[in-house]
Amino acid sequence: MGEIRVDVRGETCPVPLVEMRKAVKKASPGDIIEIVGTHPASKKEIPMAAHALAIKIISDEQIGDEWKIILQR
Amino acid sequence: MSDKATIVVHSGDIDKISSALIIGNGALAMGMEASLYFTFWGLLRLKKDGLDKGPLSKMNMFGLGKMMIKSRMKKNNVASLRRMITDFKELGGKIIACEMTMEIMGVKASDLDQELIDDYGAVGTYIQEARDSAITLFI
Repeated sequence: MGEIRVDVRGETCPVPLVEMRKAVKKASPGDIIEIVGTHPASKKEIPMAAHALAIKIISDEQIGDEWKIILQR
Repeated sequence: MSDKATIVVHSGDIDKISSALIIGNGALAMGMEASLYFTFWGLLRLKKDGLDKGPLSKMNMFGLGKMMIKSRMKKNNVASLRRMITDFKELGGKIIACEMTMEIMGVKASDLDQELIDDYGAVGTYIQEARDSAITLFI
């Protein structure tokens, strides 16, 4: 099982969503995708997209200005 | 109703091209298919190196407004149109160029950035896709 890290800190709409989608495309089933970012709306929207794509949300946390979302394909 | 977004890009204004690409990329990112139909002023933006050559739809002020918006977009780290269209293609988005516009405006296929274009079509192609799209927009 692999792990893919996506750093979109400082990026704004629609880059965090797009980079998440690219990572999901590259991942093999079972792979972990860790996304860190700062764009507030994306923290809500990445889990929405994960639902739509039937991707499992492992965790979703906010630390100061940054958020970290962990998904599993 | 299929999970598809179909957008007519009629405007060549830089801010409207930006909205069309943001929505198209959002649809792809959230698991939908997406097609952009470039027609009229929008089609001219598919010319080689033409993507960000359009004016701002409001307050363009002979290019001054456009310059100001561009610098603010850069400062706020907004993705360039070039980056967005590259992402759009990478995520499987389709770009269709309107053949009638090409005739009216005297645009030849060789004038266009052919790496971006998946297909050339007319209204029937759009309707055929739009009739089973959950989202369809005219920008």
